[in-house]
Amino acid sequence: MAAEQSVRSPQTPATASGDTRIHNIGYRSYDGPRLGRSYARLSLYSQSLRGSYGLGRSVKSKVLPMLLFVVMCVPAAIMVAVSVATKAGDLPVDYTRYAIIMQAVISLYVASQAPQSVSRDLRFKTVPLYFSRPIETSDYVRAKYAALASALFILTASPLLVLYIGALLAELDFADQTKGFAQGLVSVALLSLLFAGIGLVIASVTPRRGFGIAAVIAVLTISYGAVSTLQAIADVQGSGGSIAWIGLFSPVTLIDGVQSAFLGASSTFPGGVGPSNAEGVVYVLFSLGLIAACYGLLMRRYKKVGL
Amino acid sequence: MYDPTVARLTYRALLGRRRALILGALPLLLVVISLAVRGLAGADDQTAADVLGGLALATMVPIIGVIAGTGAIGPEIDDGSVVYLLSKPIKRPTIIYTKLIVAIAVTMVFSAVPTLIAGFVLNGNGRQVAVAYTVAALVASIAYAALFLLLGTVSRHAVVLGLVYALVWEALFGSLVPGARTLSVQQWSLAVAQKVSGGELVTSDVSLTTGTVLLVAVTVLATWYAGRKLRTLTLAGEE
Repeated sequence: MAAEQSVRSPQTPATASGDTRIHNIGYRSYDGPRLGRSYARLSLYSQSLRGSYGLGRSVKSKVLPMLLFVVMCVPAAIMVAVSVATKAGDLPVDYTRYAIIMQAVISLYVASQAPQSVSRDLRFKTVPLYFSRPIETSDYVRAKYAALASALFILTASPLLVLYIGALLAELDFADQTKGFAQGLVSVALLSLLFAGIGLVIASVTPRRGFGIAAVIAVLTISYGAVSTLQAIADVQGSGGSIAWIGLFSPVTLIDGVQSAFLGASSTFPGGVGPSNAEGVVYVLFSLGLIAACYGLLMRRYKKVGL
Repeated sequence: MYDPTVARLTYRALLGRRRALILGALPLLLVVISLAVRGLAGADDQTAADVLGGLALATMVPIIGVIAGTGAIGPEIDDGSVVYLLSKPIKRPTIIYTKLIVAIAVTMVFSAVPTLIAGFVLNGNGRQVAVAYTVAALVASIAYAALFLLLGTVSRHAVVLGLVYALVWEALFGSLVPGARTLSVQQWSLAVAQKVSGGELVTSDVSLTTGTVLLVAVTVLATWYAGRKLRTLTLAGEE
């Protein structure tokens, strides 16, 4: 091509007839199988899920999620060891109670991994690149939501599995333990969906990872602190009826209310009285509504972003 | 030692656009909760001390401190725009000192002022509770800002580390292991508050001397080391 250009003299106008031609330099179109939209969505899901534990990323970014995972599981292992050694008739902690006790670790995990999952796509403007593939807004949102919820489920269900296996090894009552384990799994599944939704909604607003982390942790801890303070005061003041209604306003007490109403958990509310069955229905509807609202907000957010 | 231009840029980075709203939401929530508590329980000194100690000093001040302290320098280092600041003929310790002043000011405004308002709402400053916790919040603001500013220069996961310190070390270990309380900004500032209030409702696990010495030492050392760290800063790529 260089040779042809050098042949053409500078005086000749570029539009001279007979001098312009299109070269076939050998590009070929792709005619193999196309994996399509569902495959792209699945890839996005699996990559996001792996990324939540730092797999496929640098060593530095593996440290925190793995550390939180270990911190989450070690107390369960210790409890199992203690109950086996002392030949206690039951585990020291209910399956449903475990996530409530470890809520600080779960909150830290959501706060660190939700911005990791979505904020960097916003900051480096890679979102339009995703949408240049055959995926839609809903695919992106569903893949990210499902990935973070699955990562959270792994985080919260693994210690329960440790407790369950330990309880079976200690030859505790099989039917009783299986029932408790199943109830615990339902409870942490709901918790995973709720926390993942809240975390992603907040994180998707800011392209700054740091602000995202602080905002998620602030929403989770301050709402819990505020609600439990108000509940404690309502308990002291003897207005026990309002305790359950106050509990609706923070994610942790919401889960606590649902599981103490329907999943046989003992409530951690002040006074130890969880919501009644009628109030429990409100709790369930409220949590499901919150999850749906988070999904809706994410869809609305990504309708506009970067395009 | 204080550079007005750096200060103006840092204020803009911290409070620009919608960030002031996010920072303002927490103090607003505290005041709303105090109003609700006052409505539910009436004016009660013990309740006021519980709310201010549990919610304001233990949760709100550290979180505001993390946001302001790491936000003053963290994002700049993260996206690499700090090189434009470092290439100007300004001493690195001056940059740190200026950013520290800004971080302290922001933390104080968004944590101590609402604490005072909440205290007056809760029990009208009965038995000096409001003033004592405000002093504690002011003192804690300085130490938190210095500490988290240092974290911002040291690690790119400064926010997480800061929150782990504030929530896991101070709140969780502090309530389980008595020894952890000696090494807690919250307890040091409570020691100062105890002196102010006369020491019935506001109590601390460390003595006033220990608390003050440690507060000053942590603030000075953190600022000095952050300045030093900024002189040898290496800019890493994104993970």
